[in-house]
Amino acid sequence: VTAAAQEARYSWGGDEFVFVELAEEMSLQANFRAMAITAALREQRPDGLLDICPANASYQVRYDPDVLEPHALLAQLKELERQVGDAADVALPTRVLEIPVLYRDPWTTETLLRFRDRHQDPDATDIEYAARINGYGDVDEFIAAHSGSPWFTSMVGFVAGLPFKYQMVPRDRQIVVPKYLRPRTDTPKQTVGYGGCFSCIYSVRGAGGYQMFGITPAPIYDPTQSLPDFTDFMVFFRPADIVKFTPIDREQYDAHVAEVEAGTFRITQRPVEFALAPFLDDPDGYNARLLEVLR
Amino acid sequence: MSGTIEVRKPGLSTTVQDTGRTGYYDLGIPPSGGLDQYSLRAANLLVGNPEDAAVLEIVYLGPELVFTRDAVVAVAGAVMTPKVDGEERPQWESFAVAAGQVLSFGYLAGGARAYLAVSGGVDVPVVLGSRSTYGLGALGGFSGRPLAAGDVLPVGSGAGRAGRSAPDDLRPSFGKDVEVRVVMGLYDHRLTPVGRATFLDTTWSLTPVADRIGFRYSGAELETVDREPPFGAGQDPSNIVDAPYPIGSIQVPGSVEPIVLHRDAVSGGGYMMVATVLSGDLDVVAQSAPGTRTRFVEVDLDGALAVRADRRERLDRLREALA
Repeated sequence: VTAAAQEARYSWGGDEFVFVELAEEMSLQANFRAMAITAALREQRPDGLLDICPANASYQVRYDPDVLEPHALLAQLKELERQVGDAADVALPTRVLEIPVLYRDPWTTETLLRFRDRHQDPDATDIEYAARINGYGDVDEFIAAHSGSPWFTSMVGFVAGLPFKYQMVPRDRQIVVPKYLRPRTDTPKQTVGYGGCFSCIYSVRGAGGYQMFGITPAPIYDPTQSLPDFTDFMVFFRPADIVKFTPIDREQYDAHVAEVEAGTFRITQRPVEFALAPFLDDPDGYNARLLEVLR
Repeated sequence: MSGTIEVRKPGLSTTVQDTGRTGYYDLGIPPSGGLDQYSLRAANLLVGNPEDAAVLEIVYLGPELVFTRDAVVAVAGAVMTPKVDGEERPQWESFAVAAGQVLSFGYLAGGARAYLAVSGGVDVPVVLGSRSTYGLGALGGFSGRPLAAGDVLPVGSGAGRAGRSAPDDLRPSFGKDVEVRVVMGLYDHRLTPVGRATFLDTTWSLTPVADRIGFRYSGAELETVDREPPFGAGQDPSNIVDAPYPIGSIQVPGSVEPIVLHRDAVSGGGYMMVATVLSGDLDVVAQSAPGTRTRFVEVDLDGALAVRADRRERLDRLREALA
């Protein structure tokens, strides 16, 4: 059911990093291999390994070469690649999360209007542009596609706690949207963005080049750790989290914001196990079963 | 005896930094810490602190600070004469500041970042194993941000010893022409042989876009190999499927103006990286001011490890000299 695993490409990143590209193009298979290899490496965790960073179709490790001999580490990584293979039979314990989204909200709309000179289509909003170039009849149809099937968190990073998500649909149904021509200098916190084949949620306010479709009332980064979702850690998202975007209206948005301010808001989350082979056999059926746990 | 330092003027961008935090880069939280680790450690050793104590990193323009208790301090790194109540003091040498005295700094005369260690260390809370400031994430340091006028910094207890001085041969010099050693790799196969030669043969000039996240250089456009863009990468020849960025990696958006990511790096993104600066040579990048003429010099992994060993040996000599 899965294409034969491609041979990975290994590269030294100076004296402290090894960079591993599992595939040149994005696919759930490549990402799942990155998750499986880095999960196995975490269990082995040799002395001197400092950071293990899975990404979309690649991963990197940071290590101390005074403790861990570089070629020994490289051999260990290659052996893991061989053991994991196409990762089809790996079952990854993870979570299903529900993220409420106010699409076409006033804050990202106000922001995008300030940066039309940096956009491909100055006369349309970001979401109108994305709907049009992806062949949707109108924005409502586009929102139905964006929120209809779940998303796999393929990487956490760029800035603290920002999740990149890849939609769990066959390639011919993937939404693809270029980034802004030139990055904006401003993006509201918790903007739901889109660039290439990835949706993201901006964890902090700041510069950004992804198209802006809406905003979530759910905090995803809390360095003060004052909200209940952040008791254990200041970053909410983990690689491999499965996300359902649920469209909400302004009234529901305001109600959630009031819960956040009262310190009672929680992101709905349920533990699940994800396996690649059954998903690839029947993506829509598998997704429907995955999302049942949210009911 | 612990105490405080009152910030009368903050300087341009003064932050609390130590040797950084490890283990959270997979969630987008970079190591942070002093950009010039050698000078940071030297400043601590000079006052008699643990080498990894928190210090103030001062960029281009110094702060004005009032001490509420007697302290021993040392300033290493960029050339920026310290003054106590207006009277000049040496750098790379520890000296006393009495309660009530004002520490200020002269104009920058070489390098870019100075490190001020205070006996007892800057005693802000430890967050994820470090006191370092990560500004983009509003994390660590003093309230997660650069210092502002009116801030009151807590300082730990520790007597310190004045009059300790670093030997001349263990003080780095900061020129306007520098060589930065790199290991080529990552996505350097996206460059043609001509593009690769251009990267290594160009004398790059540091632009004013140079901060704790990254240092951007101008000088030439790099020729890339033609291709059909892989799914998810984007149309520009410099685009890749968003990948993790090593600290010190050099990305080249649009095939012009390489950016060296430093210790507050964004942890990943969609631009080809073509080389990685050796961890020790990030100190050289840190001390580059805009306009610094920079050559990237290729070494292989063995060469990089030899440089690393040299650097460790140099630090050992400094430790011995200041023990």
